[in-house]
Amino acid sequence: MAQIFHRSTNTLSRVTIFGAVFIAGFVLWLIGGIVRSPFATGQGVHLEQPVPFSHQHHVAGLGIDCRYCHTSVETSNFAGIPPTATCMNCHAQIWTNASMLEPVRSSYANNQPLQWQRVHRLADFVHFNHSIHVAKGVGCATCHGRIDQMPLTYQAAPLTMEWCLDCHRHPEKFVRPTNQVFNMAYVPANQDVLGPQLVRSNHIQSLTTCSTCHY
Amino acid sequence: MKEIDFKEFRQRVGDLRGKEYWRSLEELSRSDAFDEFFAQEFPQQALALDKGVDRRSFMKLMGASVALGGLTACSGPVEKIVPYVNQPENLIPGRPIFFASAMTLGGYANGVLVESHMGRPTKIEGNPDHPSSLGGTNAFMQASVLNLYDPDRSQVIRHLGEIATWSDFLASLQPVLKMAASNPGAVRLLTQTMSSPTLGAQMQAILAKYPGLMWHQWEPVNRDGVREGLKMAFGSYANTVYHFDKANVVVTLDADFMDSGPGHLRYARDFAGRRRVRHNVTKSINRLYAIETAVTGSGALADHRFPVRPSEIETWAREILAAIGGGQARPAVASIAKDLQANRGASIVIAGEELPAAIHAIAMAINQALGNIGSTITVTDPVEVAPTNQLESMRQLVTDMNAGTVKALIIMGGNPAFDAPADFNFAHLMSKVPFRVHQSLYYDETGMLCHWHIPETHYLESWSDARGHDGTISIVQPLIAPLYNGRSPHELLGAMLGGMDVNPYDAVRTYWMTKAGTGAAFETTWRKWLNDGVIAGSALPARGGAAAAAAPSTVNRQPSTGFDLQIKVDPTIYDGRFANNAWLQELPKPQTKITWDNVLLVSPKTARDLGLSDDRRDAMVNERRTLRANVSYRGRTINVPLWAVPGYPDNSATLFYGYGRERGGKIAAGTGVNVYPLRLSDAMNGGSGAQISLTSSEYPIGCTQEHQSLNFKDTGGDRGIIHAAAFEEYQRNPHFAHEGEEESKESMYPPVAYNGHAWAMVIDSSVCTGCNGCVVACVAENNIAVVGKEEVVREREMHWLRIDRYFRGAPENPEIYHQPVPCMQCENAPCEPVCPVEATSHSAEGLNDMTYNRCVGTRYCSNNCPYKVRRFNFFQYSDYDTEALKPLRNPDVTVRTRGVMEKCTYCVQRLNAAKIDAEKENRRVRDGEVTTACAQACPTQAIVFGDMNDPQSHVHQLKGEPANYTLLPDLNTRPRTTYLAVVKNPNPEIKG
Repeated sequence: MAQIFHRSTNTLSRVTIFGAVFIAGFVLWLIGGIVRSPFATGQGVHLEQPVPFSHQHHVAGLGIDCRYCHTSVETSNFAGIPPTATCMNCHAQIWTNASMLEPVRSSYANNQPLQWQRVHRLADFVHFNHSIHVAKGVGCATCHGRIDQMPLTYQAAPLTMEWCLDCHRHPEKFVRPTNQVFNMAYVPANQDVLGPQLVRSNHIQSLTTCSTCHY
Repeated sequence: MKEIDFKEFRQRVGDLRGKEYWRSLEELSRSDAFDEFFAQEFPQQALALDKGVDRRSFMKLMGASVALGGLTACSGPVEKIVPYVNQPENLIPGRPIFFASAMTLGGYANGVLVESHMGRPTKIEGNPDHPSSLGGTNAFMQASVLNLYDPDRSQVIRHLGEIATWSDFLASLQPVLKMAASNPGAVRLLTQTMSSPTLGAQMQAILAKYPGLMWHQWEPVNRDGVREGLKMAFGSYANTVYHFDKANVVVTLDADFMDSGPGHLRYARDFAGRRRVRHNVTKSINRLYAIETAVTGSGALADHRFPVRPSEIETWAREILAAIGGGQARPAVASIAKDLQANRGASIVIAGEELPAAIHAIAMAINQALGNIGSTITVTDPVEVAPTNQLESMRQLVTDMNAGTVKALIIMGGNPAFDAPADFNFAHLMSKVPFRVHQSLYYDETGMLCHWHIPETHYLESWSDARGHDGTISIVQPLIAPLYNGRSPHELLGAMLGGMDVNPYDAVRTYWMTKAGTGAAFETTWRKWLNDGVIAGSALPARGGAAAAAAPSTVNRQPSTGFDLQIKVDPTIYDGRFANNAWLQELPKPQTKITWDNVLLVSPKTARDLGLSDDRRDAMVNERRTLRANVSYRGRTINVPLWAVPGYPDNSATLFYGYGRERGGKIAAGTGVNVYPLRLSDAMNGGSGAQISLTSSEYPIGCTQEHQSLNFKDTGGDRGIIHAAAFEEYQRNPHFAHEGEEESKESMYPPVAYNGHAWAMVIDSSVCTGCNGCVVACVAENNIAVVGKEEVVREREMHWLRIDRYFRGAPENPEIYHQPVPCMQCENAPCEPVCPVEATSHSAEGLNDMTYNRCVGTRYCSNNCPYKVRRFNFFQYSDYDTEALKPLRNPDVTVRTRGVMEKCTYCVQRLNAAKIDAEKENRRVRDGEVTTACAQACPTQAIVFGDMNDPQSHVHQLKGEPANYTLLPDLNTRPRTTYLAVVKNPNPEIKG
């Protein structure tokens, strides 16, 4: 009986079988790349907000402390988004006619809350607590980036579990003195020495068990 | 089918007394089918779909889900943050606030602390400062928060079924009020039992303003027997407060004083305080005799339980009284009397809430003879605003309705068209009243028959006040504005008094200003009352006077032919008012473990006499079915499922009323059988002469008794799941629970040191009544889904905490043990190594973590769990769609989806919150700072939780008790949850 396949198909099938490993590897690498990309994580994406609030202007320009607006950052899991009344503390006096601030004024006048788009969104099965991170010396800028340089707020970090664990496994690489938490421009002098010291003095644990965040 | 050799198994059980524990009658007869499902945790998992799915629909579904799944995966959901315009003071987003309030049931208040997340009440805890609660909660309190959000609640004012307005109603009320002012008896007001001082004052004002108005009171659980019995004993209406902490000997006459009735949480706490045994500390414990028909939680804890036919309870009571006076009595009663005599002034004889007045009078005569009144029993003035014989009040109302003299009827709360005595024909007679108003949480059977229906506010929605079991007053503080346009009773009464819009807050506050003065001083006092949840020192003072020494001579006995029928209120849905509460419907009934249904309880022998052989029963129970029976009582017949239970007297039957709602809501629809047709005005709680005949129709029953049982039979009998001993035996050998224990130390795991916290739990089986408070607390705290009866029948209920029930001894009158079983949090957890995706893993503090987002649903872990504490979401059980239920969820716990495993976490959300608070202050979590939902709810404090690495902690001390033992120690799973062995205190004079 004559051969059905030409001899060259042997090579072809070898290449296909051998190549399958690379193809599968490539697909996995591609998926890994996609889930870490800003396309999936939302990193660096500007969202449209009812008022184009500029942290750059308020923080760097005017020197307002983070906690003036985000009042519960030291006490609660949620840092807190300021009520309209907080905006009106100043804007009842200044820029009272700015058209940009019309949504704020009408919110205050009509007792209708502003509806902001959430920029830093965690999945429902992850529980994150701001207050303990702040208390242990994780700076605002460590996760949120240089907010003071953002005219429009975006998500600076990927917020993937891998990214969380980078710090949870090695907190000494990231922590800062607790009096520097709200300092946007903080640059550690010598983190290799300071980090382990802070971990000891502030009783910073490396918490990596599942129920630290998932429950 | 082999004929059951009853003698053989009785012998087997009887002879093995002391070691053999059994879970159910079916287990005793040990059929092959029983063994088979005993071995599996989800025995019916093959029946995943009711009907097969054909290829075409499979392709359709798959296509649709791929398309939808693919599309939605492309972009994350848009989420909005909506801050306040003006943020309320003291409100920190993300942190719960607790408010003190009070929940009433049957007029009596229990103090609560309500957890509020951003203005949404989510969880009820007991108020430790309230004398009726002391921090404990019952299932009703825990589940009441679900009633608040119930989407089936009445949401609009209705006139003839159409939507109407409050002002329309007020307009149509005016001619009625004119009539009330001039025409005696033309206008009637029907309320439930009332203990609110403010409502009482409003009622007084109304009665003064409208001399023609008459006030009636009715609710099906009305305590008429208690009320009239105390009147017989003390000459006028009175209230009794028991002090179980001072009682060495307690005798109950069909009284479940620990699980029901006013003050039961307090009584359970006080009783348990004299019950629990601590090595080298406890010198003596109390003794409890239970003379009762159906098993109650108190009866299960009793040292001697006597199953007695309902018609015989009075005979027993009279015998005890006679024996104390030196008369003749049967040996058991003589021994009880002797024990009581030896503890004069330190004993209590308590009669059941639903017993007739005569027995209450006898019980008081016994207590008087023993010198208990004034020492273990305090007699006070009544707690109710206007104590009334509610049956007579109702009788008068229906007589007048029948005569046509009632021109207007205003029903405030309650559902009399459903729950009035059957022979009164209340629903039928309502048509003779030309103007009818109904105010209630639900547009129910009564609302349907009324011209006007006004939605009522839930207790978490409106201001009021109420008295506890000893008269202590609490201000009922709302947590949220009325969700469904409800009107409070204060508003309705205020409107009748002429105020157009009476604010309940003003009504309550104004009333208390008349009592405590006005001005700035009042503001301080008022705020303190609100903060504490009680008005300090408002308990009713003891009043003098002795009880009548002689027993009432009227023997109200019917000829004892046929069956004794006992009709009792349902332990989980009460008189029917909680029928639409899915948490309570799915809650296994404390002693029968039946869900979603009411049944006719009989003894196994009676079941056999009726024609249900043990073999047939076992075969059917293995298929989760039973036979229905016709119950006839005085010419009225209902058809109910028959259920044989151990420890029940022969020739008697117990029915629970509350089920069979026709207009109860979506959850209540189609559940159970209406027993009210058998509840007649001269036999409110049943009587003798009932006829029962078995029918051939089978009925599915969701009984959880055999679900998730510890399979201890396969490995050669008793593995020491329950350990019990008499107090003397305990004193001789405190380590009795460890006798014959085969503890293994072999492990594949490397040893782990736990240097930080080591969370652990100890459950004191000696004081667990099986009341279920912990189970509902767990459901509320952890967003546990309800699965429905069909799924319960398939053993798929999701409760993270179950209460196992064991028996020992002959089925006629076995000892009864309750054992709450949460996740054991094993240090060498068998579930962990078998998970292929590491969704379940070990935490550094010894918790056995469950990570929902990793779980792919292989169920290997639950297969490998010897304690069977893992629950799987076979379907999408959590309700993601009903808007009204979304605010109910605990925001700190993930709502699980289909296809993931879940289990008890030791309330890790609470642990994390406590640790964060402690870490912010750079300290360790203190003992008592954090506890689990079950431990917090437990009325008897049977569950103790804490850090066993902390040498000062309560749990650490209990771990060192000699009676502390683990379940299945031979597996070397090293559970963090352990148990204290049961110690009872039987009277050596009474054998058997």
